[in-house]
Formats: sequence, C-alpha cells, structure tokens
Amino acid sequence: MNERARILLELADDELVIGWRDSEWTGIAPTLEEDVAFSSIAQNEIGHARAAYELAARELGTTADELAYDRDPSEYRCSPLVQPRLLDWAHAIARRCLYEEADRERITALIEADDAEVAALARKIDREEAYHRMHAELWAERLRGQPRFEQALADLRPRLDGERGSDNDEFRELWEEMTSVRRSAPGAEW
Amino acid sequence: MIYEVFRQERRGKPFEHAGSVEAPDARFAETWAREQYGRRGESEALWLVARDALHEVHDFPDEFDLKYRRVDGYSLKARLKEARERAGTDPARAR
Repeated sequence: MNERARILLELADDELVIGWRDSEWTGIAPTLEEDVAFSSIAQNEIGHARAAYELAARELGTTADELAYDRDPSEYRCSPLVQPRLLDWAHAIARRCLYEEADRERITALIEADDAEVAALARKIDREEAYHRMHAELWAERLRGQPRFEQALADLRPRLDGERGSDNDEFRELWEEMTSVRRSAPGAEW
Repeated sequence: MIYEVFRQERRGKPFEHAGSVEAPDARFAETWAREQYGRRGESEALWLVARDALHEVHDFPDEFDLKYRRVDGYSLKARLKEARERAGTDPARAR
C-alpha cells in the first residue's frame, strides 16, 4: 500500500471509529442540547471518514463501504485513543478534547500537503472541525480542574502515542458490532 | 439559562423564532444552536437572545371598540343591518 492510501486510511479509520464510539452517546448525553450536538459531531466524523475512504478506494481499486466494513479486523489502522467504549462523560469529553488536538495537527499538515486532492479534502474537513474544536474547548474550560475530568485526561493521554492498529480484543468487539449487518448478508446489494 | 433562537433562512429574509436552547452561557448556546438549527444548511444566520433579556409586551385593551383603526376594520354587515332596521329599510321587510 502506498503512502497516500496509508495516510487516508489512518484518517478514515480514526474518524469512523470515533464517530461510531461517540454515537453511542445518542440518547444518553447529560442534556438534550448536548445530546443533539454530540450526535451531530459523531455523524460529521463519519462523513469525514466516508470522504477519506472514497479517495483511498480510488487509490486501491475498491469501494468506500468495502474499506469501512469489509476488511479483516486486524487491518484497521486507527489510533488506540478512538477504540475503547467510554460510557463515562468525563472520559468521553476528555477523548474528544485529545482527539481534536491531535486531529488539528494532522489536518493542518494535510492542508499544506503537495497532494491537491488530499489538501482539498483536509480543508473541507477543517471547516467542520473548527466547530468540533469549539465544542471540545468549551467543555475543557468548563471541566478543567475537576478531578474526574483530569483523571480521564491522564487515563487517555498515553493512548495518543500508542501504536496504531486493531489487533486487539477491544477493537475486535467493536468490529463485530460495526460489521454485523453487512456480514449477515454477504454480497448483498444495499 | 434559556436562549431564544431566531433563524434567518436566507440573506435578506427576516429572522424568525425557531425555538430555544438551554445552555450555561452564550458560547455553549452558540455551539448547541449551531448543531440544532444550522447543520442542515437551513440557516443563513442565527440570533441568540437570553430569555431574561427579552422585554415582553402583551395585553392590548380595546375597551371602546376602536376596531376601525385597524387595517382589518370592523364588520360592516352587523352595522349595516342595525342601520337598516333603524331606518326601516330592511330589504327583507320591503319585499
């Protein structure tokens, strides 16, 4: 796999998996307003994943859906930060904050890349991420100094530097759920 | 705090009340209102107004039946009937 496809898949896998994990908060967030916003952000991330998978799919001669759902669970390239199910609000928000920080660096680098198609995608993503960052920063300001939030940041921060990849039980469990519908009807035209 | 949300659908159109969001401050209100009232391209702009900042006015008494000052005027039919009865020219009776 070439460098371009690798970068796109890392981006897409991160966005798909964080979108998936954050969508687990739909209906159970602390307030209705936050519920709508958090779910909407999760959906945006899946939209970014879709766009990145489409570019990668052209590179690799496949389709976005196949890349998203039909790969072997060991083939995903997502960061360990996005993988765990976090049904504790302090952790979910801490993850959003850490993710947005890291994502900003990546997207900024991609905007400056020589690859015009990738740079254009990164610019589009960045326009939405600006509001995701605003959301994450508001929560970080509000919760800063609160022991549960600080603990959550400390728990999750090491995952930022963890090795990418999906060869672990946590990811396999997620993959089972994420792909179960497609696996239930192999070869189906949706 | 409750923020009332006014939404402008297209440039040049009036802002119309769209709903409200409950938020701890104006910035949270902005973030949440964006997601609720702006993410589907349905808004050109939003106004967020703290409900406490609204000066509400109601009760418009019209004790002296001054309806004639309103553009929709008053019902002519009832008055015409009254006038005809007084004058004895009720068309029903004349026939």
